[in-house]
Amino acid sequence: MKRVWLWCLFLFVVAVGAARADELMIVRSAQNFEEAMSTLQAAIAARGYKVGKVQRVDVGLEAKGYKTDRYRVVFFGKPGEMETLAARHPQLIPYLPLNVVIFAEESQTIVTTARPGVFKTFFPEPELAPVFDRWEQDLAAILDEVRQTR
Amino acid sequence: MRRDKSTLFLLACLLWAPLLWAAPGKIPDGAHLYARNCAACHGEDGSGGIGVPLSLPSFQATVDDAYLRRTIRLGRPGRVMPAFTQLSDAEVDAIVAHLRSWHKGKTPVFDRRPIKGDASRGEMLFGRYCAGCHGAKGEGSHGTGVTFSRPRDLPIMPPALNNAGYLASASDAQIKNTLIRGREGTPMVAFKQRGLSDKDLDDIVAFIRSQEKTAAGRAATAHDAEPPVFVVDSPYDLPTTVENVKRAATSNNFVFIREQTLDAGIAPEGRENPRQHIVYFCNFGMLNQALAIDPRVGLFLPCRITVVEHEGKVRMMTINPKRLSRIFNNSELDEMCDQMTRHYLAIMEEAAL
Repeated sequence: MKRVWLWCLFLFVVAVGAARADELMIVRSAQNFEEAMSTLQAAIAARGYKVGKVQRVDVGLEAKGYKTDRYRVVFFGKPGEMETLAARHPQLIPYLPLNVVIFAEESQTIVTTARPGVFKTFFPEPELAPVFDRWEQDLAAILDEVRQTR
Repeated sequence: MRRDKSTLFLLACLLWAPLLWAAPGKIPDGAHLYARNCAACHGEDGSGGIGVPLSLPSFQATVDDAYLRRTIRLGRPGRVMPAFTQLSDAEVDAIVAHLRSWHKGKTPVFDRRPIKGDASRGEMLFGRYCAGCHGAKGEGSHGTGVTFSRPRDLPIMPPALNNAGYLASASDAQIKNTLIRGREGTPMVAFKQRGLSDKDLDDIVAFIRSQEKTAAGRAATAHDAEPPVFVVDSPYDLPTTVENVKRAATSNNFVFIREQTLDAGIAPEGRENPRQHIVYFCNFGMLNQALAIDPRVGLFLPCRITVVEHEGKVRMMTINPKRLSRIFNNSELDEMCDQMTRHYLAIMEEAAL
């Protein structure tokens, strides 16, 4: 009986420790890197966001002699929304604009971003919760489109 | 009495809720759930990548459904594989059924009763036969698998056998069976064929199981108390502070990349807010190291400090890498995040001098 309780306690501790581990959104696209990048940017634009910058990471590494693969960080946001959020909630500024990481894995592509719901634990102000929910919905739709496009 | 009845009613609702959720007409699509939650790391066809190659016949033949279900639920704390706590039981079952659709043979079922053995002797045998791949205490190999700039010739990274999630998922009988049969197509050999006796294998299993005592402690993460952002006031005006940040980044071994307004490229041209500037900088050695540990770390990149003028005050702001590191569920990143946190604070403090 004692062993059963100990086993239950161990499972509980593991479950609690890992309870919020699924905090990244990550998908695989069957498209090659260039195609997936194009799909990603179109999906972002289709939801009313504007891509501000596509940051190349691989080029800097190659210049320093490291072996790399194709790797970019895509920054994007909605102009009016960014302005309002930065003015009303300046603590959010370091997390703006939103970003998505895209990198090649052989002939396929991986796309990942932080789950915006996580920000609720960072910034618990109630008026921010609907913003994070909307971002999560939009990002889930964007990532689904990248994943499903062939 | 009335209170007892309402408590019973509430309990009954809670117990029935998952069944109602999984009512007919809402049968989860395992292939869809797999594509959405698992394929990024395990490959569309289960051939692997960042994660274990789930369709490998020798993997399928040496794990039971209970192991797969618990692994999905509990993940591997600190080892990238997340705990999918948001999935219903029916969805987890559907994913397991989808994984099994790749398996042509009989699905194994392992006894969950513990195997008795001499853990001290097992530690000696583990050191001789297993530690070369799995680490002295079963801590597993470094990195996340076949990714980014890593060599692509290894089909699998030796897993962490002392991981709390693994130990809670794998039965002793399953661990022993893997030792007996090995995993064809991976570096895991069949130790029975290498001359190890039944008692030797029991002792190794007992040693692996003994790691549970310390593994449980490793399950929890300790970054929740960290603030999500760092803010340092600057005694200078905005242009001077921006220049100071650039200089301080360089003196801390970073290369200045560029400076832009926060909304550059997003706000209409000419209407960007001039009172919010981002300074981007990079230490390429550190960047390469971080990407080799976990390619998803690009969410931090490039390193940046935002300088903001708000209500007459100039402030430097940045994310707290220690707080953000938790979302990666990769304990190897923690040390780098601590290092990065120290760099951010040093740069901002130097810029404010």
